[in-house]
Amino acid sequence: MVYNCQSGHPGGSLGCTEFFVALYFHILKHNPAFSMSGKGEDLFFLSNGHISPVWYATLARAGYFDIKELSTFRKINSRLQGHPATHEHLPGVRVASGSLGQGLSVAVGAALAKKLDGDDRTVFVLMGDGEQQEGQVWEASMFAAHNKVDNLIATIDYNGQQIDGPVDSVLSLLDLKAKWIAFGWDVLECNGNNLEEIISTLEKAKTRTGKGKPVLILMTTVMGYGVDFMMGSHKWHGVAPNEEEYNIAMAQLEETLGDF
Amino acid sequence: MTRFTATEKKDTRSGFGAGLHELGKKNPQVVALCADLLGSLKMDAFKKDFPERFFQVGIAEANMMGIAAGLSIGGKIPFTGTFANFSTGRVYDQIRQSIAYSGKNVKICASHAGLTLGEDGATHQILEDIGLMKMLPGMTVIVPCDYHQTKQATLALGSHKGPAYLRFGRPAWPIFTTDRPFTIGKADRMIEGKDVSIFACGHMVWQAIEAESMLAEKGIHAEVINIHTIKPLDVETILASAEKTRCVVTCEEHQVNGGLGDSIAQILGRFRPTPLEMVAVQDSFGESGKPLDLLKKYGLAPENIVDAAMKAIARK
Repeated sequence: MVYNCQSGHPGGSLGCTEFFVALYFHILKHNPAFSMSGKGEDLFFLSNGHISPVWYATLARAGYFDIKELSTFRKINSRLQGHPATHEHLPGVRVASGSLGQGLSVAVGAALAKKLDGDDRTVFVLMGDGEQQEGQVWEASMFAAHNKVDNLIATIDYNGQQIDGPVDSVLSLLDLKAKWIAFGWDVLECNGNNLEEIISTLEKAKTRTGKGKPVLILMTTVMGYGVDFMMGSHKWHGVAPNEEEYNIAMAQLEETLGDF
Repeated sequence: MTRFTATEKKDTRSGFGAGLHELGKKNPQVVALCADLLGSLKMDAFKKDFPERFFQVGIAEANMMGIAAGLSIGGKIPFTGTFANFSTGRVYDQIRQSIAYSGKNVKICASHAGLTLGEDGATHQILEDIGLMKMLPGMTVIVPCDYHQTKQATLALGSHKGPAYLRFGRPAWPIFTTDRPFTIGKADRMIEGKDVSIFACGHMVWQAIEAESMLAEKGIHAEVINIHTIKPLDVETILASAEKTRCVVTCEEHQVNGGLGDSIAQILGRFRPTPLEMVAVQDSFGESGKPLDLLKKYGLAPENIVDAAMKAIARK
């Protein structure tokens, strides 16, 4: 998709592929017929909206819309905007994201609405690690713990990279796990590039809901996972591969379906 | 000729509080959020009677806007409450992305707008909020003029679909719309006249009514129209009045750039070029002081409206 339009964010998308597969094909109770309110369903919000390619690809494979529509990504008149939006009514997306730091607050609100309605399903949200530099994340974190929003599972894509370089050199997060524990969350950790492990961690997280604390998964991933020349480098945050790079990458991703 | 008299004074924010409480009784989907200004926003009664639908978010306005957006996804109708400054400029990107661009049914309710906030001074006296909010695609912007109209506007928002900004204020202010209907987007011609059209919003509607009496003493018949909805603007009523009087004065407790006058200037410029004078804050910040003293110092007194009307008439 990113190669096709020569624009987008391949690094974080590849790093979170296993997470999205686990979530949509093993964890979420969801309906691809899609209703905005999602009553009786688990909800997912993508706060780090720039990894839209992997979300769109997952939504299409899960039946939310035609796989062929993936080829319209980032092109004019498409429902697949560069960053996710509701404006064009793409099924599966419930709020716009891209400007960072906002998704956790929205997820908290959606979780509160479920509680008010006696809907016992869970709200999931994914954030980036660089995104933890946004103050709003910590406002939402404080609120969720104080108000015992325990039908909420947040995950951080902990790949250690952001646009301008390694997170530790741009603005260190120091002990992120200790911070979230100190903010009153129940914190789990996992390797986000191991499908079995992320499934079991999400399952475990579900068993920890309803116990008075919101749940956080600190998910270690490798940016650009699966493509050797992209792995672990912030340089592939928001750059599209050229034809030669694309061919090398596709040869390394045996299970990738180039059918859109 | 209708003559308006103020039998009583009350703050517009109390109109919001009363409207919200009534909505809470009527509609179980209505929820309220507040950022540590419960008493100032008069949300106490809602909180007392509907504690499970009230969310105290603390001093974290960005988070409040996001939570409101999330609540609306589940079908709730969230009303957020804080000062106008913290309801707009402080959280503009959150409103833009999570609420406006996402088309969420969130009602952003903003008190202590403008100079009449008074003694707290310019840090809190936002004079740019109407402009900020009206620029957002799909955002409805309402600036009611007294206690009664603020209550009516709050009630009307309960059944309105889409993002909206409701702007009101702090001081006790004359109540004079008790028997007037309120419809979002429909301007209210309060006084008919033939010599000059005075379009006003918020606290300035009362100032315009006082100015009309002063003009009448000079033998000038001013038409006073309450433009409580800045967006969508009642273009038809504005053009009809301008057509009749052939000169216009706009009055607002807001910067001259970006507010009501700016919207009306656009309409007149495009459809009926007409001499226009704008009574507004002239590109400056406010300061501490008593509300009426501030309105006078910054050129928003009835006398200033009279002067502007004379100028506009002279330009016909």
